[in-house]
Amino acid sequence: MVNYQQFMSTVQLGIKTLLLHKLRSGLTMLGIIFGVCSVIAMLAIGEGASFEAQERIKALGSNNIIVRSVKPPEESREQNNTSGRGSGIRYGLTYDDASRVYSTIPGVERVLPMRLIRERIRFFEIELPCQVIGTLSFYPEIVSIDLLKGRFIAHMDEVYKQNVCVLTSSLAQRLFPYHDPLEQTIKIAGVYYRVVGLVREINTPGDRPQSGESEGETLDNNVYIPLSTCKARFGETLVKRTGNTVNSETVQLHEMRIQMKDHLFVESADPQVRTMLTRFHRDVDYEITVPLQLLRQAEATKRMFNIVLGSIAAISLIVGGIGIMNIMLANVTERTREIGVRRALGGKKRDIITQFLVETVVLSIGGGLVGVVVGVIVPLVVTASTGMQTIITWWSVALAFSISGAIGVVFGIYPANAAASLDPIEALRHE
Amino acid sequence: MAEDPIIKIEGIERKYVMGDDIEVMALDGVNISIHQGEYVAIMGPSGSGKSTMLNLLGCLDRPTAGSYWLGGEDVAKMDDDSLSDVRGRRIGFIFQSYNLIAQLTVLENIQVPLFYQGKSMAESYDRCVKLANLVGLGERLTHRPNQLSGGQQQRVAIARSLVNDPLMILADEPTGNLDSKTGLEVLDLIDDLNDDGKTIVLVTHDNYVAERAHRVIHMKDGHVDREEIKRQAGESRQKVYKRR
Repeated sequence: MVNYQQFMSTVQLGIKTLLLHKLRSGLTMLGIIFGVCSVIAMLAIGEGASFEAQERIKALGSNNIIVRSVKPPEESREQNNTSGRGSGIRYGLTYDDASRVYSTIPGVERVLPMRLIRERIRFFEIELPCQVIGTLSFYPEIVSIDLLKGRFIAHMDEVYKQNVCVLTSSLAQRLFPYHDPLEQTIKIAGVYYRVVGLVREINTPGDRPQSGESEGETLDNNVYIPLSTCKARFGETLVKRTGNTVNSETVQLHEMRIQMKDHLFVESADPQVRTMLTRFHRDVDYEITVPLQLLRQAEATKRMFNIVLGSIAAISLIVGGIGIMNIMLANVTERTREIGVRRALGGKKRDIITQFLVETVVLSIGGGLVGVVVGVIVPLVVTASTGMQTIITWWSVALAFSISGAIGVVFGIYPANAAASLDPIEALRHE
Repeated sequence: MAEDPIIKIEGIERKYVMGDDIEVMALDGVNISIHQGEYVAIMGPSGSGKSTMLNLLGCLDRPTAGSYWLGGEDVAKMDDDSLSDVRGRRIGFIFQSYNLIAQLTVLENIQVPLFYQGKSMAESYDRCVKLANLVGLGERLTHRPNQLSGGQQQRVAIARSLVNDPLMILADEPTGNLDSKTGLEVLDLIDDLNDDGKTIVLVTHDNYVAERAHRVIHMKDGHVDREEIKRQAGESRQKVYKRR
């Protein structure tokens, strides 16, 4: 390399030479294009998928520990009511559990008890299935929801067992097509409630277990009422008749969310909660979810995912590189005479190396550039057509592009050396 | 001749090792000296060492023994890079099959030797255009070799051989691929160059081509068999070239 100008004209020459065989150069580049494109696209899709998962987990709150009541399996159930056709079971978390957790486990900020009951909500002639959530006033501070209109349940509602409720906006839209829902009165299980607010749950609780049998509709149709009102109006025992059998379930709390003062307490509190609950529950009729752990798992999974996708994409890049090397070797053979002439006219070995290396690098970087463009478009198309979230990270673009450049150099060195080490006399005589 | 010769070859040998212990002596103690402005033809049957001589003269090969002084430099012992450099600065090549570079235009082909001396196209443009005009291709600067006839391609090659202002032009059967008419034109062009003071060394097996030289060196079995003086330097050349 004598100077910049000479290098630039070598680059120009390389481009010109490659343009001489457009189809061949294009096909050769295709390998790199696919490689780069798949690196970017795969990482974008992987990144998007794990981002979605992480968002869902984060919405559960990384400071929280979620404990849910679970109906114990059939065989271990205590048959306390064997008379006639029917059964009554008692399971799940209790108010005592909540207060014990709050008072004994260090680092607990507060405990949010929740009762979940599937019912039907009625406003004049419109009747819709809904999920009644009996809870306390600080629900919005633990579960991420947006207050759209009015207010949430207040502490005084709880104290006075007020018949007030807060609706999720999508339920309200269906229930009140023509009215302003605020201050309207709705009816659930024969009791009237006043609507005081509208909210939107950010994290749609699709995974929340339904009380009683699942009826399929787990959409955003929550009705929030004060816990005390819920206890007073619905009681703790739910009776269900199917044909001749009567099944009753007695559950005090369906779910409780333990908010820790800091996420550092979460991991120490998790086994403590577990131990405490085993002491007071004969069966394992609860389930503990630690979002922080899920988050860690999701991150580990994502790392694995990225490695797997990345190596698949890297293999395709290497295959592309081998394609380039193959073509360049054929090129060297085909252009032996040219090499001889260039050597005779004063070209040094390193000039020949530079020339061929530049050609390979132009091929691979050209392919890399096209690959980056295609690789950015593919995730957008995927998002548009399947609704899957994709995230194109700048580092994946930089990585794919620099690998393509490196491949040009690595796979170009051998053909370039082969070209330069030709004997000029032999090369000139070559037909 | 008063001045020192520009090419002085003394006792040069070139040995090829074929297989394990078979050695072939392609050149066995050749002495040649060529002066500035001379027109020398080298002739000989195949296997006479003619090609080996050409390669050595063109600094494409190194002798196994002996010395080769080219314009005051001993090139016999030079390394590969220095030889490239000498070829680029001191020698102009004209090949039988033109050997233009397919992807370059006429102008760019002419510029190649200067490119390897680190000169940009902008710096060498004027000179290249002048030479293209000299060989009568001033109108075809942007043509590609495959758009030119054989005679035109050889003219480009001649322009290219001149671009670095070489000590000697080394022509290897320059008319071998041409029909007799264009062959004559090319030889006339070479004659003109010689008249302008260029030193020409031409390798051929064609007597009519060799007729134009001042001196013909006949080679045989790796030796200089005899030297034939056709005319003295400065004496008008004989226009006797005819194709068989």
